[in-house]
Amino acid sequence: MPMVNIAGKEVEVDEEGYLVDLSQWNEDIAKYMAVEEKVDLTDAHWEVVNFLREYYAEYQIAPAVRVLTKAIGKKLGPEKGNNKYLYELFPYGPAKQACKIAGLPKPTGCI
Amino acid sequence: MLHIVNKSATERSSLESCLRLATKGSAVLLIEDAVYAATKGGAAAAKIQAAQADLKIYALGPDLAARGMAGRVLDGVNVVDYGGFVDLVAEHSNCQSWL
Amino acid sequence: MSDMDMEDDGSGIVKKFMFLNRKAPHGTVYALEGLEVVLITAAFDQDVSLVFTDDGVYQLMKGIDTKGIEVKDFSKTYRALEGYDIEKLYVDRTSMEARGLTEDDLIVDVTVMSDDEMKNLMAEQDVVISF
Repeated sequence: MPMVNIAGKEVEVDEEGYLVDLSQWNEDIAKYMAVEEKVDLTDAHWEVVNFLREYYAEYQIAPAVRVLTKAIGKKLGPEKGNNKYLYELFPYGPAKQACKIAGLPKPTGCI
Repeated sequence: MLHIVNKSATERSSLESCLRLATKGSAVLLIEDAVYAATKGGAAAAKIQAAQADLKIYALGPDLAARGMAGRVLDGVNVVDYGGFVDLVAEHSNCQSWL
Repeated sequence: MSDMDMEDDGSGIVKKFMFLNRKAPHGTVYALEGLEVVLITAAFDQDVSLVFTDDGVYQLMKGIDTKGIEVKDFSKTYRALEGYDIEKLYVDRTSMEARGLTEDDLIVDVTVMSDDEMKNLMAEQDVVISF
């Protein structure tokens, strides 16, 4: 699998660019992944990224977008738990892009 | 002889065959799904307890923990870690894996 | 799963799917792979039931710690199923009791079923997939 150099550290990614070993994740890696995904990281993006990392720690899975939207609505309120808000932050798919930036695998059932 | 069993006793007959054919004084090491047999309340518990008269029974600790069974081990079963697994193999002149 | 092809407009037929889990976790890959299939099926809005019988009951044990064998602890993922709208989890009482377990030993809320209840549940399914 391909290796990339991020802030002076060699890390392994899969063929779609997802981090292979999520224990290696740090903010430099998140910023690198965000540039790859053409996402300008703001506090609003970080909120979703951090939410995903907590979700993964609790359930050992990257949620499908429908599940992510619902879970964010529950935790951060309905103004954030909707497709419009999340797709504005991550235009190419909130689950797919935010998971990559969070260092998680691609969500199960994501086509 | 060290006998190593890795299949669940409620799914396969390998533990039963092993206990039937192991000679007195042999050691039996339960690993992977076979560790369920060494836990309290299960269907295989009685067989393990009966076998303890003639055999030394060991179970691999990391496999017990990975199955939520670390706190349920039958009395008299020796829990070993990976180092203990290596020691058992080294101590016995031969070993048999029941696949 | 060609039956799903007709679901494209999202308003198609809903079938009753049962996933029958009969294997202990970790010793084989069936439990983990079965769980992945269940999560994917959730995207198709089908009527999904999850049944744990025989050694499959062991998948739901509380207090699992997989660090020592260096594999993923997917027992935590069963707790995410509610978020995927998979809420019908059934455990076969005969299998549970044969392993010295009670509902309190399990990581999620389940409905415990007698043999007769389980027979009826199985008989009314359109599709049964066994892992």
